[in-house]
Amino acid sequence: MLYKYNFEELALLLERGEVRSVDIADSFLKRIQNYDKKINSFITVDEEKLYLQAEESDARRKKGGELSRYDGIPIAVKDNICTKGIKTTCASKILENFIPPYNAAVYEKLKGSGFILLGKTNMDEFAMGSTTEASFFGPSKNPYNTEKVPGGSSGGSAAAVSANLAPAAIGSDTGGSIRQPAAFCGVTGIKPTYGRVSRYGLVAFASSLDQIGTFGNCVDDAALLLSVISGYDKRDSTSIDVEVDFHPEKLRDDLNEIVIGVPDEYFKGVSEDIRNNIEGKLKELEVNGAKIEKISLKYIDYAVPVYYLIATAEASSNLARYDGIRYGYRSDAASTLDELYSKTRSEGFGKEVKRRIMLGTFSLSSGYYDAYYLKALKGRTLIIEDFKKAFSKVDVIITPTTTTTAYNLGEMINDPLQMYMSDILTISANLAGIPGISIPAGLDREGLPIGLQIMGSHFREKKIFGLAAIIEKICEPIHPEI
Amino acid sequence: MGIDRDTILKVSKLARLELKDEEIAEFSGQLSDILSYVEKINELDTDTVKPSDHIVDLKNVFRDDETGPSIKPEEIEKMAPQFEGGHIIVPKIIEGS
Ligand SMILES: NC(=O)CC[C@H](N)C(=O)O
Repeated sequence: MLYKYNFEELALLLERGEVRSVDIADSFLKRIQNYDKKINSFITVDEEKLYLQAEESDARRKKGGELSRYDGIPIAVKDNICTKGIKTTCASKILENFIPPYNAAVYEKLKGSGFILLGKTNMDEFAMGSTTEASFFGPSKNPYNTEKVPGGSSGGSAAAVSANLAPAAIGSDTGGSIRQPAAFCGVTGIKPTYGRVSRYGLVAFASSLDQIGTFGNCVDDAALLLSVISGYDKRDSTSIDVEVDFHPEKLRDDLNEIVIGVPDEYFKGVSEDIRNNIEGKLKELEVNGAKIEKISLKYIDYAVPVYYLIATAEASSNLARYDGIRYGYRSDAASTLDELYSKTRSEGFGKEVKRRIMLGTFSLSSGYYDAYYLKALKGRTLIIEDFKKAFSKVDVIITPTTTTTAYNLGEMINDPLQMYMSDILTISANLAGIPGISIPAGLDREGLPIGLQIMGSHFREKKIFGLAAIIEKICEPIHPEI
Repeated sequence: MGIDRDTILKVSKLARLELKDEEIAEFSGQLSDILSYVEKINELDTDTVKPSDHIVDLKNVFRDDETGPSIKPEEIEKMAPQFEGGHIIVPKIIEGS
């Protein structure tokens, strides 16, 4: 039953010596062995290394040398975050056997607080996708209904936390890859402010948008884990030195002091069940003292076009490094260097990745750059200014996280444009670099989770978590039957 | 805009991708659809708008020019697809000799 506990409960049990890290590892490993054949949330679980880390943690604690109260708690990490000596595949054939020689900054930080690595989670190849179906290792399934997708690209992390195969997890969010799967799987997921968490060792997708964040079964767990991995790092030139002020015990908030903005545009085209649910929550917050204000974020219809031009352009450049020379897959059908590049890349990348590289290369190519890429960068400015204006009037913005609940497996595979358009409610936060959280708000008529999104101004994670903790209390708790 | 076979071939060459015939056909249809959709940005009046390529003010991060630890040759050997005698092996680069 240890797999049901949150961080605070596990920390207390460890502190009192009632359980050991090894017992916790055991509990999750058994769950994974029993259920992950069905859910497919992990790409790599290294049992031996897991027990080794757990034993080391128990030994530290025995000597009174625990690295934090949480020393010995296992965490699942998305497979695009480098873990020294442990495969980091990005769910791609091109990195199928890649073992990084160094650790990502976030993994160093986790280790520094004594957290241990439970395993590496499944994802859309190179984090490009919204369903986890673009994984070289096969799709993950939604724990609420295994005919449905868990969302993506961090679908493995979200599904693992939802199914209690991990107490909490790390993911990455370029256009919604933490918040959307969190919504689909009924867990809490936060994308922090751009610059809050170092991306040293995160395999790059779209560098001006990528941000690492956390998943938990409650707001406190997501907040605590984020506080562990946040902080300045000189190895990431976009890292920003700001105080980490959102430890769970500091999260008390007063509804009477909050002004919540609600943009009409974010409720257009949203399914009836989701709309009713979120509007119901807003009413309840108002009754309890929050001030609700209608606002307008009028550039939302341009967010998907702007995002998909910028993200693919950056991706086409970032993924140029996979050339079969220094690491990763190499085609053995090539005789010249040029062939080696193109055969390696064609054999190593999956279809969605190729599609994106093609689109990005096109919009950066001479003759098209101004009309597509440059125009998108200007559109991005308008979106950023839209949010600035909104946050001069309100503290936070509440919207649904997604327009629908989880899709059927296979539904989006042959219709990339449809899939891209489904990201409409999450991608603006990445374009503006602001933090956003998704928390589980209930179930729709099919029994699938609904996500409520809170966005805040730069570095206002504390406000977001504080309000999320209040909303969490007025939402019916949900769990998958697994 | 519509993306024809020639454009796909040109772009795939730039991107160092060797596409199969069915991929060429599929991508030319899909990329045409995607581009027609993203052309919605042309509705935006951006004459006086500056482009944003980043949302943080990027500052140069300086450090002293000192030697430090880096990835060891043995580690590189483990990662490289083909490695011999301290070198990563690649096909002949200068052709025709
Ligand atoms: N990594 C992400 O956030 C992915 C976002 C979006 N679904 C995309 O496919 O690009």
